[in-house]
Amino acid sequence: MKRYILKRLLSIAITLIGLSIVVFAVSRIAPGDPAKLAAGPDATEEMVQVIRKEFRLDQPLVIQYVSYMRGLLKGNFGRSIRTRHQVWEDIKLFLPATFELVFVSISFAIIFGILFGVLSAVYRDTWIDHSARFFSVTGVAIPMFWLGIMLQLLLAARFHLFPIGGRLDTMINSPISITRFFLVDGLITGNWVVFKNALSHIILPAFVLSFPALASITRINRAEMLEVLHKDFVLNEKAQGISERLIIAKYALKNALIPTLTMIGLRYGWMLGGTILVETVFDWPGIGYYAVAAAVYSDFQPVMAVTVILGLNFMLANLLVDMGYGFLDPRVRYE
Amino acid sequence: MERLLEIKDLKIEFDTFEGVSHVLEGINLTLGRGDTLGLVGETGCGKSITAKAILRLLPIPPARIVSGEILFEGGDLLKKSEEEMKKIRGRRIAMVFQDPMTFLNPLFTIEEQLVDVILAHERGDGPGVQGERLDRKRAVEKAIELLSEVKIPQPEMRIKSYPHEFSGGMRQRVLIAMALSSSPQILIADEPTTALDVTIQAQILHLIRHLVQTHGHSVLLVSHDLGVVARVCKRIAVMYAGIIVESCSTAQLFRRPYHPYTKGLLNSILTFSKREGEAQVIKGMIPDLIQPPPGCRFHPRCLEAMGVCEKEEPHFQEIEEGHWVSCHLYKSPSSPLGFESYRLF
Amino acid sequence: MNSTNPTNPINSTWTRWKRERESQIRSLKLTVYTLSRSPLSVIGFCFVLVFLVIALIGPWIITYPGDIKGAIHMDQKLRPPSPSHPFGTDEVGRDIYSRVIIGTGLSLQIGLIIIFVAMGIGVPLGIIAGYFGGWVNEFIMRITDIFLSIPGLLLALAIVGALGPGIKNAMLALSIVWWPGYVRLVQGKTLSLREESFVEAAKSIGASKLRIVFNHILPNCTSPIIVKASMDMGMAILFAANLGFIGVGAQPPIPEWGAMISTGRNYLPDHWWMATFPGLAILITVLGFNLLGDGLRDVLDPQSRI
Repeated sequence: MKRYILKRLLSIAITLIGLSIVVFAVSRIAPGDPAKLAAGPDATEEMVQVIRKEFRLDQPLVIQYVSYMRGLLKGNFGRSIRTRHQVWEDIKLFLPATFELVFVSISFAIIFGILFGVLSAVYRDTWIDHSARFFSVTGVAIPMFWLGIMLQLLLAARFHLFPIGGRLDTMINSPISITRFFLVDGLITGNWVVFKNALSHIILPAFVLSFPALASITRINRAEMLEVLHKDFVLNEKAQGISERLIIAKYALKNALIPTLTMIGLRYGWMLGGTILVETVFDWPGIGYYAVAAAVYSDFQPVMAVTVILGLNFMLANLLVDMGYGFLDPRVRYE
Repeated sequence: MERLLEIKDLKIEFDTFEGVSHVLEGINLTLGRGDTLGLVGETGCGKSITAKAILRLLPIPPARIVSGEILFEGGDLLKKSEEEMKKIRGRRIAMVFQDPMTFLNPLFTIEEQLVDVILAHERGDGPGVQGERLDRKRAVEKAIELLSEVKIPQPEMRIKSYPHEFSGGMRQRVLIAMALSSSPQILIADEPTTALDVTIQAQILHLIRHLVQTHGHSVLLVSHDLGVVARVCKRIAVMYAGIIVESCSTAQLFRRPYHPYTKGLLNSILTFSKREGEAQVIKGMIPDLIQPPPGCRFHPRCLEAMGVCEKEEPHFQEIEEGHWVSCHLYKSPSSPLGFESYRLF
Repeated sequence: MNSTNPTNPINSTWTRWKRERESQIRSLKLTVYTLSRSPLSVIGFCFVLVFLVIALIGPWIITYPGDIKGAIHMDQKLRPPSPSHPFGTDEVGRDIYSRVIIGTGLSLQIGLIIIFVAMGIGVPLGIIAGYFGGWVNEFIMRITDIFLSIPGLLLALAIVGALGPGIKNAMLALSIVWWPGYVRLVQGKTLSLREESFVEAAKSIGASKLRIVFNHILPNCTSPIIVKASMDMGMAILFAANLGFIGVGAQPPIPEWGAMISTGRNYLPDHWWMATFPGLAILITVLGFNLLGDGLRDVLDPQSRI
């Protein structure tokens, strides 16, 4: 098992290197002079030269790449043109918000996706099933950012059920930073005001971010449950007198979870990509928001950094999914 | 002999894409206490459906129970509610399936699956109050006992294995152990050896015989293999296209079969053929059950068919003691017309 | 195959073509029949049909052609939906209905370009990888894996971030995001087809590699490719709108749906119509392609999932 993990980590490292080469190459193939772009429209020739030197843009590409990678390994992602800070500093600031959001979203999507999928299969062709299927079909087609805007419009603006955006009301001080996750910190320090406020802020963005994943997971879990319930071993379990409830919740579900797990891994990736949309709509101060602001500004270093970080996260998530198969299915365990 | 299970005139239909298939057209079977009855027939004759119907395991659409009764312990199984059936399945009537590769859940250990079956029956068989709930530890012990009863070596270790780590014969033994876990009165075995090698087949049949002798279950053994059935069962019912054509003791069947289909079956087994080294075939194919042949369903393939065979369905009659046949060739001795056109074998 | 009616050359060519394609015509009829049995697929097909029709006849059914890009009518600005402006007007008084309609044709172009470029790169690479195997296969698949290792939208953002905002760069970025999917699909199919007996048979009678590819492998890949392309069409349009929304895709005043919503967002909540209607258009379009793609997959390629 350990050897498998090590092999996969090595593969991830190699892929990351490959990814960085690709993104780096794209950034340098760009038309236009990156130094001029970085300096801004009002820069003098001298200022452009300074920037060129600082970002080593006068060196041959390979050297640029090598120095970039060296910097990466030291944790140096470069400097953001827009914020003027070290990208790494900016990311440290924005990352917890994104992870808190993504964690809540994926948990919600997994729990309710599996639940609705099972219910939909068990109560097949009833109104439960039909509504679940309706949502799972439209859920994947609906533009995430538009859903966010519509919900903001209706629930926040018109009915004042939720705040429109942000992570915390401006009046409230952020809690003591232990984990930098407001929900967790609020709970740990017993700060109910913060906790409730943070919760009310995270509900809409997390729901919107989770919606396509929730739809897909429901759909595949339902399909898999239906297929498993027709299998021979289920007939045997029924014939031996095992209760329907146990068959559904334990014996059938575990089998259905295997393809569902694949979908969860896939959808997690789309969710990471979706952060750039949801954080923008809800003014959520995460790295998606940061990357968008940078991209619009043609500030490339932050975009590259966020891409690499979220890419790494996705690869690790896939590793977890693969380990999950081993956990669920004894037949793949000893390969 | 006390009648434990009685199937009376069971008619079942199946909705298919091409039409309604009349899969069972009036089945009559009796299983006594301590009886071993074999149900034999070709693939598609309806024997598996009969077995599943007893435990109400057929999917109700597309299947449809048209008429008939299945009497057990004073009640009609066909009229019982799902709740009542749950108390019967696995406890008073238990089933052993064929092809154990697909009938055991691949993701759970044998221990897990056996223990859940034992706990589902909620009956303490050891010392203690009847009906006491077993706790998990006791259930595991009982599971290990069951495994050693079906002759699985080192059961306390092997119980932790997964189904794919067992051979076919071992998995079949596990299925048998599962079925016997609550000492059911009736054991239904649906092709229990079809998926196994011949040598393993013999072992399993020997095991079944041994268990029956030790515990006294009644057995309904369903198979397409006459040889398999002959080894375990004292009585045999031959089925064709949804009807029972002949039912008698095993000795009677091999000594003096009456129905032309039974005769054909016996002739097609090499050792019984008259001509040396040449098995005889029954010409033709099994009929389409959506539009079955009129009259006797076997008549298109029957070498001894008469005019009346395509007009009238024959009755299921007892023509010797304990020997029932459904054929126009024979009339029951008690019939007003006496023995007529009694053809010699 | 000689014509029996020498006086009518066109007729004979047509009948000959029909006869040669007989089995393909039959399977096409079967596809259409099976599709028509699933109500969701029919709905999807209708949505897609409406989308295509509007995209094509758009310029003829709009009410304010001048509003597509340049016109400014400050006296009409921010009007709610009314008979003359069914979807209302935007911040400079342009008719949103006309812009959404034209946006349809624009989305169609965007989607088609992305998909065709992606297929143009991905399908040949996939066939090469699958057919030649060995280190060629390893090399191509490694590169494909790199591109598939991060979420598509992030990769697109990175590429557009490097190249600069704009609809052309967005389309390029999305094509780069999409081609690896086709490589994987086609490589897998080619790999399994390579082992089939009809390929061996063709080889044994001396067919050249090129001929085998075109006559045997490519035709058998068309079904999964069609299924994937129809599902991708909706997704590509959605991603283009995503990029348009965050500001790195189509730039205003181009009437791309995502960009329109981005602008409209500034005028919420009072002027809700600016953001609502383009979003509905995206929803219906993507839904249509998804449903149609699902239906096609059930007919043409039932073993695949996801």
